[in-house]
Amino acid sequence: MSSNNEKMSFQEKTETNVWLLVATLALGLTVAGIVEIVPLFYLPQTMDAGLTEEEDNIRPYTALELEGRDVYIREGCYLCHSQMIRPFRDEKERYGHYSIAAESKYDHPFQWGSKRTGPDLARVGGKYSDEWHFQHMMCPKCVVPDSVMPNYPWLADALVDHDTTAKKMAALRMVGVPYTDADEAGAADAVKGKTEMEAMIAYLQVLGTMVNFQEGKDYRK
Amino acid sequence: MSAITTDDKTYNFDVVRAFTICAVVYLVVGATVGVYIASELAWPVLNFDIPYITFGRLRPLHTNVVIFAFGGCTLMATSFYIAQRTCHVRLWSDKMAWFTFWGWNLVMVLAVITLPLGMTSGKEYAELEWWIDIILAVVWLSYMFNFIMTLAIRKTSHIYVANWFFLGMMIMITYLHVGNSLAIPVDFTKSYSMFPGVQDAMIQWWYGHNAVGYFLTAGFLGIMYYFIPKQSGLPIFSYRLSVLHFWALMFGYAWLGAHHLQYTALPDWTGSLGAAVSIAMIIPSWGGALNGLLTLSGAWHKLRDDYILRFLIVSLAFYAMSTFEGPVMSVKTVNALSHYTDWTIGHVHSGALGWVAMVSIGAIYHMVERMWNTKIYSTAMVAAHFWLATIGAVIYVCAMWVSGIMQGLMWRATDDYGNLTYTFVESVAAMHPFYAMRAIGGMIFLLGAIIMLYNIVMTIRSADKQPSMATAKA
Repeated sequence: MSSNNEKMSFQEKTETNVWLLVATLALGLTVAGIVEIVPLFYLPQTMDAGLTEEEDNIRPYTALELEGRDVYIREGCYLCHSQMIRPFRDEKERYGHYSIAAESKYDHPFQWGSKRTGPDLARVGGKYSDEWHFQHMMCPKCVVPDSVMPNYPWLADALVDHDTTAKKMAALRMVGVPYTDADEAGAADAVKGKTEMEAMIAYLQVLGTMVNFQEGKDYRK
Repeated sequence: MSAITTDDKTYNFDVVRAFTICAVVYLVVGATVGVYIASELAWPVLNFDIPYITFGRLRPLHTNVVIFAFGGCTLMATSFYIAQRTCHVRLWSDKMAWFTFWGWNLVMVLAVITLPLGMTSGKEYAELEWWIDIILAVVWLSYMFNFIMTLAIRKTSHIYVANWFFLGMMIMITYLHVGNSLAIPVDFTKSYSMFPGVQDAMIQWWYGHNAVGYFLTAGFLGIMYYFIPKQSGLPIFSYRLSVLHFWALMFGYAWLGAHHLQYTALPDWTGSLGAAVSIAMIIPSWGGALNGLLTLSGAWHKLRDDYILRFLIVSLAFYAMSTFEGPVMSVKTVNALSHYTDWTIGHVHSGALGWVAMVSIGAIYHMVERMWNTKIYSTAMVAAHFWLATIGAVIYVCAMWVSGIMQGLMWRATDDYGNLTYTFVESVAAMHPFYAMRAIGGMIFLLGAIIMLYNIVMTIRSADKQPSMATAKA
């Protein structure tokens, strides 16, 4: 280390001046975030998969689907189920077409998950009947004997709180989900008397069904 | 070493003592919840059809308690201890330190109440709802401000290396917590993330991986840089290496989050960039591990009878192992297999049980002896704890390696005709023995933690009975 007569190295300055150390760190720690996150907000190819009008039926969730999605989040389903199909052959066979960014553009928060203790659900919509889902959530083992999923019988008894649905839509509008005044006005009636189970099934049945994929077309460029 | 005395007039050790005790209690609580949810996966009947204890609601509780309650209290105890010791001053503000203490515990109590109730933002490791996030941010800033001011009024000329790591951790966690928690509230039980799909995913994993990189790595490297030299009585191996590895780690770690999103709908360049930096991170990570391990060069015999030092050194072995494993898993071809499997869980726990918990446990035993001016109640129990923790962690990690790789291979297996060989549920059934083994590994680790709690309670109680050196002098 340098003596008092020599010029101090930058390292030594940071070690002797806490404010310089704070400032250097505060600056250096932002670089990665700026490089990796900021472009995702403005690079057009991030969200644009070149969907034609026939292919693109992506819309915000209906009132009932939205309530179902909130039950999904509340119960922590994302901790065991992913919603992100990768472009591999086995995933195509098992789950369907790989996921594209536009499919989760109205998802606040995203629910891609990080773990498949259970199967991926990105395209579970339409795969099973409503009745199957009902039986499965009441007692997974009765339908799939080796399942380790908990039973969710309380969903069949609990009614959706229809008072907050419009407020939820209003909050989502603030972050850019294009709900209309009519959506908000009709929200309470759309979910009144529905159980959380019905809401959950409505959500599961819409997952992955909003894009009509064309065979052989490249959606990730 | 013998010059160390507990001088409460000079230093504020009361708040360090309080954080230390909380850390040990939260370790037992967090590990208990962990063992329970691990058992739920092995024996699903344990969900008992009770919403509040299902896996999906308890898993966020487990992660929040071990990371923020146990990890947080350990960081706050050790950083306040180290800052005072290495700056030769009392904490800048006692009142603010106690505000941090009670505020942090309030947040943890709120987590224990709200998460089982299903109040969650739905973002992994950041599940707490918006108003708890705000309390947490205020408490965190009080912690950081007090720490910085303590460094500012130090009586030593240079800031010791451990404090650099703590400082970097505090600044980055502030960015991460605020950035990732931005949300629009609906009411007290519900909010929506401000960011949609892809952007939300990137911000979440920028947060998620850096919670590991700064909270659970940089902060605990700070612990390593103080307690290994202190416990061994030897100076750190290389000052130059510590400078290099500090700046490389600080600048580099922040890029890694994108490797959690390989092959997802995120643009390809982000994942590739994340992977490239991840691979480069082996160098600073191993730089830190070697700097700690080589501190003992020529004095390895100390490990023979010093169990506290054993905790610290074994933690570095786990650290080196998991910081090699991590970059390997970030490589796209490996990630294609490992992502979504139990391998990730195994990797996290070799870091969490092997590195974070072990280095914390070593530091806590060391601090308890000095702050209560006494010897540990039972060295035999420390020895037992060491073996239980090591064996428990190894069983846990091995079980998850096997199950993770097995899952990855079963999911992609195809027969001669190109059809998938296994249904998904066949892979679930195949996991059962490993889930049971993981639960048992966790139980062994938990048993060690319970022994530690008992040992420390007894140490403190016996220390209270005899007049401490500080009062004897007065």
